[in-house]
Amino acid sequence: MHKLHLGKLMALILVLPIFLVGCSKDRNKITIVGSSALQPLVEQAGNDYHLTNPDSNIIVQGGGSGTGLSQVQAGAVQVGTSDVFADTQKGINAAKLHDFQVAVVGIAPIVNKGIGISNLSSKQLMEIFTGKITNWRQVGGKNLQIIVINRSRGSGTRTTFEDLILKGKDAVNSQEQDSNGTVKKIVSSTPGTISYISFPYANDPNIQKISIDHTRPTNQNIPTNKWQLWSYEHLYTKGKPDKETAAFITYILSKKVQRDLVPKIGYLSINEMKVTRDSQNRITKIGNAHE
Amino acid sequence: MNKHEQDLQEVVDQAIAEQKVPHVKFKKIVPESVDIARLTSPSKETRQEHWGKGLTSLAIAVIGILIVAIIGFVGVRGLATFVDDKVNIFNFLLTSNWNPSAGKDHVGAAAMIVTSFAVTLLAALVATPFAIAIALFMTEYKSGRQAQFLQSVMELLVGIPSVVYGFLGLTVIVTVTRSIFGGTGFGILAATLILFVMVLPTITSLTVDAFKAVPQDLRKSSAALGATRWQTIFHVVLRAARPRILTAIIFGMARAFGEALAVQMVIGNAVLMPYNLVSPSATLTSQLTSQMGNTVMGTLPNNALWSLALLLLIMSLAFNFLVRLIGKRGS
Repeated sequence: MHKLHLGKLMALILVLPIFLVGCSKDRNKITIVGSSALQPLVEQAGNDYHLTNPDSNIIVQGGGSGTGLSQVQAGAVQVGTSDVFADTQKGINAAKLHDFQVAVVGIAPIVNKGIGISNLSSKQLMEIFTGKITNWRQVGGKNLQIIVINRSRGSGTRTTFEDLILKGKDAVNSQEQDSNGTVKKIVSSTPGTISYISFPYANDPNIQKISIDHTRPTNQNIPTNKWQLWSYEHLYTKGKPDKETAAFITYILSKKVQRDLVPKIGYLSINEMKVTRDSQNRITKIGNAHE
Repeated sequence: MNKHEQDLQEVVDQAIAEQKVPHVKFKKIVPESVDIARLTSPSKETRQEHWGKGLTSLAIAVIGILIVAIIGFVGVRGLATFVDDKVNIFNFLLTSNWNPSAGKDHVGAAAMIVTSFAVTLLAALVATPFAIAIALFMTEYKSGRQAQFLQSVMELLVGIPSVVYGFLGLTVIVTVTRSIFGGTGFGILAATLILFVMVLPTITSLTVDAFKAVPQDLRKSSAALGATRWQTIFHVVLRAARPRILTAIIFGMARAFGEALAVQMVIGNAVLMPYNLVSPSATLTSQLTSQMGNTVMGTLPNNALWSLALLLLIMSLAFNFLVRLIGKRGS
């Protein structure tokens, strides 16, 4: 008798995956994969959306911008999220993807409190990250070695930072961390460190945000591009989104989400932007496209 | 009823008719006739037997397919770097210029290979004496409650998730190594200390088994020759248990080699050839986990990561092979 139970159990285990695969063909399911920076926003929006649309079934996963773009290109998911423009990524055919920009996030250079500096010129910043300046004394700080903490190669934040600050030069080979949280932890506790971080994470008393050319890293300075270190948060679909996906994207772009949820997570609403930026970093004023 | 069964029926009927044991009332326990059809068809137990065997084989087949698929997939992806992207395999293994997004001349994994082996060997080197000491204490000097207490401490250490070790490392060990040795504190030393705690239970419990497997007779003989307990341990028990202890160390090393998350948090993740124990560097696993999400499937940076994965797979097969080899020589 005991043996028979075991047999049934094993049969169940073997058959179970088939059922699980079967379930995933659910028509209303929207799977959203990619940028971990965008994950909290999409997750919360998905939960709120479910309250008014009980039939909806939105599954949000991280994995990184690269994963998001390649999964959506392969047709494995309905939406791929990314911090970077798809056409800047090798191996991605951006012409086949549809881009929805849903929010803007600022990036701030941060340093450990103890170096005695709160402003750098963009040239100094570039020279620090390319390894030309190696001591804080050279930029008016304490006599302390500069320790550069970079983000992982290919991360959206790093790509944005390097495009806008390093302008094509190679960064010095240094420590790399793959999350905003770890970067914050290291910079707050290690003397002489410098890194950069998304605005929503830059709220630790032991880290010092750095102004660039005396412009302070605040959300107020982003819409006019006065603070230039910012990036779009993109939702990509393969071709035109299907009906359910389109409805959800419309919901994220709705006034309600843009006014309440987007600032709550620490992002800037896409509606506030007074300029647009394309994948080649060309800035255009909204409404004055001919200037 | 076919010919064979008819013959059988006749034989059985004859046997029943010919029962000639006078003192035993045989008829009470033996049937007067036998249903041949039922006798020759499979019983319920036989059917259960077949059913169970079928299920077991099916499960094994599924696992087998899975293993082949994993090795095949990692192999195909990992070799694509060398086949499709034309990266020189010797450059991959022997140079340390790692920036795959810059092109095929920048795929050198040597720094990561060296770091991975360095942390693995150092962790095993530091952990082994402690593991042997604890195991000796538990088997040769104390048994009962104290040994049981140590046993549960070891089990506790195994149960702690690696992210917790990583976080402890990030907050405590990195800070301590920074204040003692300077630099940022991130590097091989911090990773070694974390891995020391993580592989200690593995090596210890396997070493305990090794000591328990040493026959009691050897200890008694040694004592009969007038050896002290320490002499017995040093010359007899340790020697007899040596192959199994080596196996324990290799199991610990395999665990250290494959550990990703905790190491990633304290090693610094700079793909640089380590020049001392507190210079930031990267292991194969830390690079894999921190980069996978940022690369696009099918491109060189992604394929290069699969090559790292293939290297890890080959290494773990090598560790397994080593364990078998030592086991064979020991027995």
